[in-house]
Amino acid sequence: MSAPLPQIEAPTAVEVITGFIRSQLEQTGFKRLVVGLSGGVDSATVAFLAARAIGADNLLAVRMPYRSSSAASEADAMRVVTALGCHTELIEITPMVDPMLALISGDDEASLQVRRGNVMARQRMIVLYDRSAAFDALVAGTGNKTEALLGYGTLHGDMAAAIAPIGDLYKSQLRAVAGELGVPEEILAKPPSADLWPGQTDEGELGATYDDLDRILFALVDRRWSVERCAAAGLDAELVAWVAQRVARNEFKRQTPPVAKLSLRTPGVDHLYPRRRPGSRRGS
Amino acid sequence: MEYRIALAQLAPRLGEVEANFELARDWLRRGAAEGAQLVAFPELALTGYLLADLVPEVAMRSDDPRLAALSRESPGTLLAIGFVEETDGHRFCNSAALLRDGELIGLHRKVYLPTYGMFDEGRFTRAGDRIRTHPVGEPLGSIGLSVCEDFWHASLPMVQALDGAGLLVNLAAGPARAPGSSAGLAAIAGWHKMQDTYALLGTVPIAFCNRVGNEEGLTFWGGSRLLGADGSTIAEGPLYEEALVVGAIDTDDVRMQRYGLPLLADERVELVRRELDRIIAERAGMPEPAEVEA
Repeated sequence: MSAPLPQIEAPTAVEVITGFIRSQLEQTGFKRLVVGLSGGVDSATVAFLAARAIGADNLLAVRMPYRSSSAASEADAMRVVTALGCHTELIEITPMVDPMLALISGDDEASLQVRRGNVMARQRMIVLYDRSAAFDALVAGTGNKTEALLGYGTLHGDMAAAIAPIGDLYKSQLRAVAGELGVPEEILAKPPSADLWPGQTDEGELGATYDDLDRILFALVDRRWSVERCAAAGLDAELVAWVAQRVARNEFKRQTPPVAKLSLRTPGVDHLYPRRRPGSRRGS
Repeated sequence: MEYRIALAQLAPRLGEVEANFELARDWLRRGAAEGAQLVAFPELALTGYLLADLVPEVAMRSDDPRLAALSRESPGTLLAIGFVEETDGHRFCNSAALLRDGELIGLHRKVYLPTYGMFDEGRFTRAGDRIRTHPVGEPLGSIGLSVCEDFWHASLPMVQALDGAGLLVNLAAGPARAPGSSAGLAAIAGWHKMQDTYALLGTVPIAFCNRVGNEEGLTFWGGSRLLGADGSTIAEGPLYEEALVVGAIDTDDVRMQRYGLPLLADERVELVRRELDRIIAERAGMPEPAEVEA
């Protein structure tokens, strides 16, 4: 018994996701997308998918560095812009983030670091939604399945988006899709990082490699294996238990808030409609 | 004798009934122009799939004049199409209608409503309770209609084959999922295995019409197929793209297949029935049916 990495047929995934993007835009009455471009593989992949689906001229990639963001990230983001020929804007978030943190202070450095990370993610969300109105576009999210399951994202920050094109791809699958799309090698090769502070890497912060995490998540979630069966298949029992607990603890991030049920018909409970339906299209 | 069939692998618009009637009229004419004697449409082709609480808004009776008018667009052509049916008693069903020259000559209400995993059909529609075949005249004799998930239960196509169906028609709205398998998508591989097997064991041609397009996050995969009575593929549509898939079955092939492989004629239906009666009794905790004295 072994616990494999989740596989993907990259051309199939590209075909399904580009079709999804086109239909979401058509059904909502939009023609354009905005994406926050960090220089990392996730947002680069979303930008490539968007450009393939609707053309680079209909894509605005917004680069939003903070004062501690690495210069290499900006260089990689520009590689994507140059490769695609899409629209781009550079909007520095430091003068938006720092005053708020200065106004509400008093934390030790560790908790300040977490707060700063969340404020940065949410500030970027504000900028993206602001630019989406100006560009007449929907915001494309850049969250992947590994992050969603582990809750490795900021609610109303990087998790906020109109559509989630790569939300059902594990990080390890996403790399295959990125390769298929022609995402620059420099971006594929570097260690993934939220780039919230210098030297931060996802794998350093999560305490495990994405490959190990994806093997475990694929077994627990897609194959519905118990923690015990994962361990019997040779997965690190301690890590499996930690992942299972993290998935459970972050369930709230993947769902809309519970509504206190009072009426006969409650939105989201028994008032159930598809998001896109007659009358929902803009201008209809 | 050749019998030409067109599979309208289109993308219905969710909740937009009039727009879908317009689409259906167009594709029906195109099918007839290709010389098709039967034009089959996907499951819920007139309403779209992920309806949820839109069900009562898009439902129509099986004698709705719009259905009859659609059928009259192409004189002499058989039309098989999926819609939300509202019965006399206000039961809402996922149904397939068979019409010709404005006349309803067959109706199947989806028997198996998937309500597990990603599917939630049993929450919004009610299950049918008949498995029949519908006489359509020579050269086919009769047609066994079914809707998507019905085909994941082998008993249903086998009952229709035993009931004398000269053709099984399955209307589907199959969403793509489980990428990474050898076939690209596990769900597609499953559908192929099942269709090949039913055609072979039922010695019956199969017309499978699956939709394409997107609803919410779902991507419907298409890949409509026409199979001969020996399980061979006669025509196959592309994945994910709209296409009118046209092919012909030959009823002489069906005749010789059934002579060479008389599985249906040899089927021990009385034996199957006796064992089914026993299993039903056991499942329900009832006393076993009395053994008939030899």
